[in-house]
Amino acid sequence: MKKIATGNKAVAEAVKQAGPTVVAAYPITPQTEIVEQIAEFVTSGQMPAKYIAVESEHSAMAACIGASITGIRTFTATSSHGLLYMHEMTNWAAGARLPIVMANVNRSLGPGWNIWAEHTDALQERDTGGLQVYVSTVQEAYDATLMAFRIAEHNNVLLPVMINLDGFLLSHIMQPVDTVELGDFIPAIHLPHAIDPKHPAGYGTLTGPDQQFKFRWEIERSMRDSVKVIEETEKEFAKRFGRKYGFTEDYRCDDAEVIIIALGTLGKEAEVAVDLLRNEGIKAGSMRIRWLRPFPKLNLKGKEVVVIDRDYSFGFGGIVANEIKAKTGASLYSVIAGIGGQEVTYDDIAGFVRTRRMGEEFWFGVNAHV
Amino acid sequence: MLKAAGPDTVMVVPACCTSILQGIYPNTAFNVPVYNIAFGAAAACASGMSNAFRAAGKKTNVIVYAGDGGTLDIGIQAMSGAFERGTDFLYICYDNEAYGNTGMQRSGGTPMGAKTTTTPTGKTDAKKDIDRIIAAHDPPYLATACAAYPQDLFRKVQKALTFRGPTFIHILAPCPPGWRYPTEKSVEMGKLAVKTGMWVLYEREYGKVTIGPQSKVAMKKPLPLEEYLSPQGRFKGIDTRVVEILKQRIAKNFQRLAAEEEASA
Repeated sequence: MKKIATGNKAVAEAVKQAGPTVVAAYPITPQTEIVEQIAEFVTSGQMPAKYIAVESEHSAMAACIGASITGIRTFTATSSHGLLYMHEMTNWAAGARLPIVMANVNRSLGPGWNIWAEHTDALQERDTGGLQVYVSTVQEAYDATLMAFRIAEHNNVLLPVMINLDGFLLSHIMQPVDTVELGDFIPAIHLPHAIDPKHPAGYGTLTGPDQQFKFRWEIERSMRDSVKVIEETEKEFAKRFGRKYGFTEDYRCDDAEVIIIALGTLGKEAEVAVDLLRNEGIKAGSMRIRWLRPFPKLNLKGKEVVVIDRDYSFGFGGIVANEIKAKTGASLYSVIAGIGGQEVTYDDIAGFVRTRRMGEEFWFGVNAHV
Repeated sequence: MLKAAGPDTVMVVPACCTSILQGIYPNTAFNVPVYNIAFGAAAACASGMSNAFRAAGKKTNVIVYAGDGGTLDIGIQAMSGAFERGTDFLYICYDNEAYGNTGMQRSGGTPMGAKTTTTPTGKTDAKKDIDRIIAAHDPPYLATACAAYPQDLFRKVQKALTFRGPTFIHILAPCPPGWRYPTEKSVEMGKLAVKTGMWVLYEREYGKVTIGPQSKVAMKKPLPLEEYLSPQGRFKGIDTRVVEILKQRIAKNFQRLAAEEEASA
């Protein structure tokens, strides 16, 4: 059914359809609309779930952990400082092998108080053992949320999945969204290690140096196995509902000589810049990274690469640029743009490509274009 | 405690001595499921668990078993939230008045005058009265207990689990290495805490306060506080002015509880 919705409302709609038994969440701008909408669904009886209005994000994830280990479906949503406050528990959720699905509305970190888009919040979570997907449209936010439950709960995965959408640029933007008749797309949850008082076990007990690394390796093994599960899930989604997704969204990449890579809405904006550059005779393409964990296999051989990071690792560089460099050895131009909601247009993106200096870093608004 | 709770029980345990007592993976010393969780998160975790069990129509007891650090200090926010939300669970705090696992550092539960590794000359601040903080959430049932009175503790755990909603039991747990007295004196230490009034046994059921018979005796005629302090190495060399403050606090606490008992009768 076609509707007009914000990114936040689309996520809430998908969560309603996925039908978690427990939702535990805490409000934070610009995510609040998701949990308000879910609370409304629960209160009005449209969603037969328990909504736990916890007193912090740390408790939101802890409550999801406690609920999830009983073998039921759970969801939470947060943003920025909320995600950071949750950080101890996001590690715990992955380590405890719990398929908790979470939406994170990407937002800058204080100080100063800035509520606008930035990816540093989610990127600080990249070593927790959770899967991360970044979306670029309201439709994709909805679709990715539905798929997240199926992927997380797959018994070859059993890890948390975080759907990332840009603060305001997506969370509060209204776009058309085509909702689906879900049917049995998300199978009933079966958690093999669910708590059962009839079969008592210790969970997370003292674990010695001769054992701990095995549990860590199990996370990595499942992370690797998740690649196939993601591919199968996206294929099945396309078959049932007609919309195709992949680890990246490639736009005019085949014959491209220079590839633009970015996450989220910037990655979508880059497609407009590609058309603009093509009209000027520059063979550009856009490869928007969707799944950051597990990290995609990128084929960048023989291409020049311009990476736009809406994030930064101080003393190191743009996080996405350096991950790409580490994984592919690609020669790239690292642009830092869009921090804290800084306006970046397709014209700006085309400009980054035109004036690219391979091997260098460029802070938009700080360094001057050559 | 587990005998009173029965087999349909799950324990939620934050970092505390019980994290160690379970033994090392792949073994566990407990015959009910134990869910271990990070230090500050026990009550929130239990809150999610209880909601999930109830949503599935299960009556499984959810019991948090946490130390004084995990309750009075790092866990207080999650605990306050869980009580405010009316979580159907039992929260048990076993209180040895310091961080035991890490080698006896002061906690909010350490009494004034007690030496710990972070208060080498004795704590200058008073013990936090967590029971009054919990009482402010108006739970259906709250009780204090002491490890030296196991039958009283057994009864209170059984009773707590008959209520719907959040219940709380605060156990004083004498700790030989931390309090620095010989292990065989543990029962005696617990009893002396009650007999001197340093620890008061009482229940608060739907707001009605009932002081336990052992503490009633102590209220009428408390043993001299020195009998409790002097066998413990942690109080060695305690300033007499601090002892006076402790005595005044005992008297005040008795007065307050007696008044609450009378007012709620």
